[in-house]
Amino acid sequence: MVQQLNYLKETPSQTAGPYVHIGLAPGAAGFDIYEQELGHDIAGPNAKGQRIRVEGLVVDGTGSPIKDVLLEAWQANGAGVYPHPESSGDTEEGFRGWGRVITNFETGEWGFDTVKPGATPGRSGSVQAPHINLWVVARGINLGLNTRIYFEDEAEANASDPVLNVIEWEKRRATLIAKRTERDGQTVYRFDVKIQGEEETVFFDI
Amino acid sequence: MSAPGEFYQRDRLWHPPAKSQSYKTSVARSPQYSAISLENTVSEITGPRFGHADIDPIDNDLLRNYAKEGESPIGERIILHGRVLDENARPVPNTLVEIWQANAGGRYRHKKDTYLAPIDPNFGGCGRTLTDENGYYYFRTVKPGAYPWRNWVNDWRPAHIHVSVFGTGFAQRLISQCYFEGDPLIAKCPIVNTIPDQAARGQLVAALDMNATIPLDTIAYKFDIVLRGRRSTLFENRLEGN
Repeated sequence: MVQQLNYLKETPSQTAGPYVHIGLAPGAAGFDIYEQELGHDIAGPNAKGQRIRVEGLVVDGTGSPIKDVLLEAWQANGAGVYPHPESSGDTEEGFRGWGRVITNFETGEWGFDTVKPGATPGRSGSVQAPHINLWVVARGINLGLNTRIYFEDEAEANASDPVLNVIEWEKRRATLIAKRTERDGQTVYRFDVKIQGEEETVFFDI
Repeated sequence: MSAPGEFYQRDRLWHPPAKSQSYKTSVARSPQYSAISLENTVSEITGPRFGHADIDPIDNDLLRNYAKEGESPIGERIILHGRVLDENARPVPNTLVEIWQANAGGRYRHKKDTYLAPIDPNFGGCGRTLTDENGYYYFRTVKPGAYPWRNWVNDWRPAHIHVSVFGTGFAQRLISQCYFEGDPLIAKCPIVNTIPDQAARGQLVAALDMNATIPLDTIAYKFDIVLRGRRSTLFENRLEGN
């Protein structure tokens, strides 16, 4: 016999299903219920740094856009600080660092406005290149998928990023690099998530 | 000094695999490559925080939060309550819990749901709350109905409430579903059965809780939610930047 450890087991995940909007974005489901829906403003009005927009599609294994997906973003501010007591430093008043978006039901396009995050501390004294943590849930996704958005114009920082470098297949690292474009004077990064198949996005077990 | 460290590794065999043949939608929506293991950094151990300014007190009362004055939704009145704990059995206080569900007839208030059962004019179907300092939460709602869905030709979802929880770090983020004790459809459900382990499936079944029932008013089900636990850094392996 041996003593019992008595740890609990994590609640197993289930798909968010097709009606995730009712709970997490009821306005999109077609009705108003809450005074304020959460996750619409990641950076707030006072955040310093470069204002950017990030857009993309989530594509399934047949190459079709997934139109009932929900994505959540979690990021540091322009100085590389998360609004959380375990991140050293302060963030601007109103900086949430977190946002939630759904796709357009007809096209599958999603997008959010924020500020470009700064570099953050990595493990063992390393530095992580600027990135946005992304969590993807939808009907047919049994456990939320974690990935990261890096930025095309941070080539030097990306080259030394400890997380990108942990990806053994160098060509797959490119799936995490958002492409930069300019539109009406605004910087827009394109980040398509390919759930399955050719150029499948790298997902992380965090 | 002992500071909280990384989250315990997620037991991927306890969770459903990405692809399950019997849940057809997962087949084209499941990555083929393995997820790449990442040791936690500040990006994973931190996460969004919420406060009482983000929500309204009525948000956890689905009997009232969409009902017309003096009216209430049709269906079995229930309390869904429990605690959010971590794998160390410690309560997770002040964390956001969000739920959504079909009405008593099995119909969602969603423009994409076209099931025959009618919309209930007094039922929205979503709620949210923050756990208290002991990790405790509760909702008042109606028991959702079962409904058919397109998977195999004759599949029916057991009565269920969708649950979304945050925890303290983004690595704990979790969405699941709560089922109800005694429902014969649970064992037949292809989505429930994406979870390979019977004990793990049982963890999603809320127990009838007569002690929490309000006599002559509302019946109660207890549903505890467990998020990933964290190790204590007993030795010098603290995360850089923390």
